[in-house]
Amino acid sequence: MSKLLEIRGLRARIANGREVLKGIDLDVAAGEVHAIMGPNGAGKSTLSSVLAGKPGYEVTGGTVRYLGQDLLAMPADERAREGVFLAFQYPVEIPGVNNMYFLRAALNAGRRQRGQAELDAQQFLKAVRERLKLLDIGDDLLRRAVNVGFSGGEKKRNEIFQMAMLEPNLAILDETDSGLDIDALRAVSDGVNRLRDPARAIVMITHYQRLLDYIVPDRVHVLADGRIVASGDKTFAAELERTGYAYLGDAA
Amino acid sequence: MSDSATANRPASNAPSAGLLEGIVQAEGYKYGFITDVETEDAPPGLNEDTVRFISAKKGEPAWLLEWRLKAFRRWQTMAPPDWAKLDIAPIDYQAASYYSAPKAASGPKSLDEVDPELLKTYEKLGIPLGERAALAGVAVDAVFDSVSVATTFKDKLADLGIIFCSFGEAVREHPELVRRYLGSVVPQGDNFFAALNSAVFSDGSFVYVPAGVRCPMELSTYFRINAAKTGQFERTLLVADRGAYVSYLEGCTAPQRDENQLHAAVVELVALEDAEIKYATVQNWYPGDENGKGGIYNFVTKRGACRGARSKISWAQVETGSAITWKYPSCLLEGEGSTGAFYSVAITNNRQQADTGTKMIHIGRDTSSTVISKGISAGRGQNTYRGQVKVLSNADGARNYTQCDSLLIGKRCGAHTVPYIDVRHPGAKVEHEATTSKISEDQMFYCQQRGLTAEDALSLIVNGFCKEVLNELPMEFAVEAQKLLAVSLEGSVG
Ligand SMILES: Nc1ncnc2c1ncn2[C@@H]1O[C@H](COP(=O)(O)OP(=O)(O)OP(=O)(O)O)[C@@H](O)[C@H]1O
Ligand SMILES: [Mg+2]
Repeated sequence: MSKLLEIRGLRARIANGREVLKGIDLDVAAGEVHAIMGPNGAGKSTLSSVLAGKPGYEVTGGTVRYLGQDLLAMPADERAREGVFLAFQYPVEIPGVNNMYFLRAALNAGRRQRGQAELDAQQFLKAVRERLKLLDIGDDLLRRAVNVGFSGGEKKRNEIFQMAMLEPNLAILDETDSGLDIDALRAVSDGVNRLRDPARAIVMITHYQRLLDYIVPDRVHVLADGRIVASGDKTFAAELERTGYAYLGDAA
Repeated sequence: MSDSATANRPASNAPSAGLLEGIVQAEGYKYGFITDVETEDAPPGLNEDTVRFISAKKGEPAWLLEWRLKAFRRWQTMAPPDWAKLDIAPIDYQAASYYSAPKAASGPKSLDEVDPELLKTYEKLGIPLGERAALAGVAVDAVFDSVSVATTFKDKLADLGIIFCSFGEAVREHPELVRRYLGSVVPQGDNFFAALNSAVFSDGSFVYVPAGVRCPMELSTYFRINAAKTGQFERTLLVADRGAYVSYLEGCTAPQRDENQLHAAVVELVALEDAEIKYATVQNWYPGDENGKGGIYNFVTKRGACRGARSKISWAQVETGSAITWKYPSCLLEGEGSTGAFYSVAITNNRQQADTGTKMIHIGRDTSSTVISKGISAGRGQNTYRGQVKVLSNADGARNYTQCDSLLIGKRCGAHTVPYIDVRHPGAKVEHEATTSKISEDQMFYCQQRGLTAEDALSLIVNGFCKEVLNELPMEFAVEAQKLLAVSLEGSVG
């Protein structure tokens, strides 16, 4: 299995602020699903932001290779078009911009980058219908402005729907399970499972073992105080559930 | 009365870091080329002889010359308005020429007679004058400097009794209509620029839609300033008789020149009983360069009178061009149950300044008005919404809703909201809402994380911000306007 993502000694701080990532090492191979757990404020979202290229963070050390390229050298939009997808912990509302219009613009931006023909309205609609079925999403959400007035759960589903449409190589899901009711959790998990693919890596940030019952990970990591302090296989999460992070913190 | 005026209330979180900081120049004003045609110009300067010269050139009847001269004398006693939040270098009214006409274009009878150079110009501008007009289903009157060069679809419209022609032709062919309505909405002495226009107006469009007729196509005038050192002073008069309906579009461009050029237009609309007029403008005069050199001074008086009961007038404008915009399309709501609306998007980038808004004057009973204004400031642009809502003492049941939203891109621009509310009827319902927000970095990043470039992300967010206004434009125009918004903001993300 080739390494899709290779993170070595990654250190980052908030621009003009304190250091949050203090040397992250992580390898993710194509086809794998990794879970990252860890206490609040540990730096999980910061890691996903830095990987996605969000402004406001400063990388102070280390490297990230993505499909053999220097990920940190690419601007955020290029990373996205190269197949890095971030499902946001707090999806952003864009008033007045139709969800479908937005998605089609995003999809075609990626297709242009890959030298593929843009999808016309009809081809796009067809793709949309297929994915809707996959994720059990009502099409009324599509007619509305991006995330505007969506419930918390609807926003999360919309993120996964976008992922299904954009078909990324690397998907980072930041607490996509938070705020979902049981049915929605199942629907979203089913959706993610269907998107598992030998060519695709998925990194899920979560606080709950429950998600990992639905989406069974290949590896589970604990991120605490800016470092990966422990890793294990899928049984590790259940163990964590019993022992908590405090014990690990002592050990680390 | 409920009056909840809250200017400049922040609506969304300000960005933390400086992605939107670097403001570079707006590159592409696509319409800055100059057409090489032979013209006949008035010598620079402005006096009674200039007025007589213009009137004679146009072969006008004595009453119109008298009307002009009266306006000119009035103008001489007036001073330019100084209340707008605009920084205007003194204008030398004697330095400009007040008449410029392409020689070949004086009074073409059909498209075949139009100077091919001019047709090429409109082709370059994407304005369909020939075959393509038919395909687009839009009747176009094209005004090049001081004269109208072509009006398409005249015959087809004439079958329905609709008059759509240049102002000059209307004076010749329909003097009684012109005489009845000219100056009836915007009196000669209304303001300094209106008085100037009344004295020296060159050409423009005239529309009359007879009672009960629904105009089957969009009517459109395309204004182009070409000559150097000339002002453009067009005059548009549009009358919708009882129960008539018309939708009218107006577009403007000008070449890129280092000196400022004056554009002082007057538009008058009259809607009789049950008539409806929709008037849309996409104003893209040359805005000047990134340092504020050159550009059009756009000082325009637009006003519509809802004379008849249940009549409706709606103004929609997308103002992206001009160095300075001074413009307040307004409605006089005289008829019982009449309705006025003003939908506006104004963008200022680089050194552009805009002071624009509307006046809604509620005179009759049960009149209502809606104002939606979206101001976008980038670079060092200054954008002011200035609006008046006036409810007179007889206007039982008058209602107004005003919403002014300002969007700031970068840190060196400014947005200002100046509402004047003058209510003389205790039962009037006047609501005013205002927001000012910065473009949010979270929104930008969200879009970029989905693969959109910074430019596309900005344009998408801005278009979303303007949505309610763009929705009011005719379809063909809405698409154009969207592109224009993107172009106007070019270089404002760094
Ligand atoms: N833009 C920022 N400005 C200031 N502080 C920040 C910023 N981003 C992250 N931080 C801080 O960095 C630390 C790590 O935050 P981060 O969001 O990465 O934590 P997390 O592991 O995702 O936590 P949670 O489980 O609560 O989502 C926190 O103390 C947070 O307050
Ligand atoms: Mg987090």
